[in-house]
Amino acid sequence: MAIIVDHVSYIYEKDTTMAVHALEDVNIQIPDGQFIGLIGHTGSGKSTLVQHLNGLIKPSQGTLYYNGEDYYSQGFDMKKLRSKVGLVFQYPEHQLFEADVFSDVCFGPKNLGLSKSEVELRAYAALKQVGLEDENFYQSPFDLSGGQKRRVAIAGVLAMKPDVLILDEPTAGLDPKGRDEILDQIARLREETGVTVILVSHSMEDVAKYVDRIIVMNKGCVLFDDAPKQVFRSYQKLEEVGLAAPQVTYIMHEINDKVFPVNMDVTTLEEAKNEILQAMKR
Amino acid sequence: MGIIEASKLAFEYIRRDDEGNVEGITRAIDGVDLDVKQGDFVAILGHNGSGKSTLAKHMNAILYPTEGSVWVDGKDTQDEKYLWDIRQNAGMVFQNPDNQIIGQVVEEDVGFGPENMGIPTKEIWERVEESLKAVGMYEYRKHSPNKLSGGQKQRVSIAGVIAMHPKCIILDEPTAMLDPNGRKEVIRAARALNQVEGVTIILITHYMEEAIYADQIIVMDQGRIEMQGTPKEIFSRVEELKELRLDVPQVTLLAYELKKSGLPLQDGIITTQELVEELKRIQK
Repeated sequence: MAIIVDHVSYIYEKDTTMAVHALEDVNIQIPDGQFIGLIGHTGSGKSTLVQHLNGLIKPSQGTLYYNGEDYYSQGFDMKKLRSKVGLVFQYPEHQLFEADVFSDVCFGPKNLGLSKSEVELRAYAALKQVGLEDENFYQSPFDLSGGQKRRVAIAGVLAMKPDVLILDEPTAGLDPKGRDEILDQIARLREETGVTVILVSHSMEDVAKYVDRIIVMNKGCVLFDDAPKQVFRSYQKLEEVGLAAPQVTYIMHEINDKVFPVNMDVTTLEEAKNEILQAMKR
Repeated sequence: MGIIEASKLAFEYIRRDDEGNVEGITRAIDGVDLDVKQGDFVAILGHNGSGKSTLAKHMNAILYPTEGSVWVDGKDTQDEKYLWDIRQNAGMVFQNPDNQIIGQVVEEDVGFGPENMGIPTKEIWERVEESLKAVGMYEYRKHSPNKLSGGQKQRVSIAGVIAMHPKCIILDEPTAMLDPNGRKEVIRAARALNQVEGVTIILITHYMEEAIYADQIIVMDQGRIEMQGTPKEIFSRVEELKELRLDVPQVTLLAYELKKSGLPLQDGIITTQELVEELKRIQK
């Protein structure tokens, strides 16, 4: 079990009149190798939760465990945790700063105190993993396209060799092709390395297509924690909390109501196509 | 003459290296002709770096043409004496709501624009009220903007633009940072302004679903207009759009895939309603 979140609550501006319960009694287990989608409307507590996983925020109540060790116990190596639980923030390209792409990716592992050759090996491997071409390695990161910059930023985290990779809306602001490319790359990376991925997303289509488990946050609590199909079955409840099911799910409901009976548990385009073709034959 | 017109518009900027030496010239806009009619809803699509935002910035004189001309409400954007007219007539809403809100209270923020125009106080308050009502944020007028959700903030930004009584509003990826509800709120507000108040809307977006309400879609690539037409016409060209790194609405893609698998559906289905009708038709 990589991470356990045990009865965690967090209150912003505690002991003041402005106190806000950002997390309330959150219990989550994150086993190795899962691909998890974390969804919730703005202000639902997603980001606060993610910052807890990475040790950036200390819970007001409750405990976090990484491989069985309490984050805040004596002798816990927080620096190591931060390299093992890698967090890619929203718009990570704003954090690029080095003169060239390769140096930027080297920055993290260099701070781990590794040898120069090990640092460079890791940087090279990470840039390859995100699919950046060799010719871009010594360019200024600021001359790259939006999608490329974002990949460099992700490589910077990958070079730390994390066990858990958390991505906060990695596709925001990218064009449709750019979105697919980044997500395909992440899915491939997870298959190849077995890294646990937590994808924070506002796109129900992306979540339905890639993840094996969805955690839905609402008002600081976990509202659902289940397989995508199960979660999207409660689409009315999701709408109440500012979310939705993937668009194909709605299309299937319409077809079921107005044309012919179809299975409405469908969440991806491929499934929808096959289901309609099947239904036509019936 | 339309509300926004461009003729042979080109825009170039000089790339420099760290020492300030010229590395080359990028032609971000390359010969664009445009004619947007008053009251139209136009969506601009295009991949990252295709020139969409650069084009938008020409529409309210943030950038000036290197070649060719742009006219807003018949006024040349390069003529300095029209600058304030143009900025007032063509209002701009950007991607990140947090970069656009300056007031401590919602109604103060919305009043900022008209106040700078020298509008009498009484009228400013009238404008603030009607603008907030137009985007459905009137009940939040006394709130602090930083306590609002992303969609609400973005609607306050739009209200701030409306309060200046523009003829045209340019929205540059206004929903990129919002959750599904926030996206719906913003698009609904933009459509209402277009249909009820007759304000011209130019919407730049990466969400194909948002473009289906447009009267006209413009697809940009390498600084040029690559396609132009109604949503139905544009979204019939699935393969071409994919080559331009774009996509089509999910229902369009589903219909397209079904057609490829042998169902005799018509092209350019852009709403669920149309797909339902088509399936009924072929089922008979």
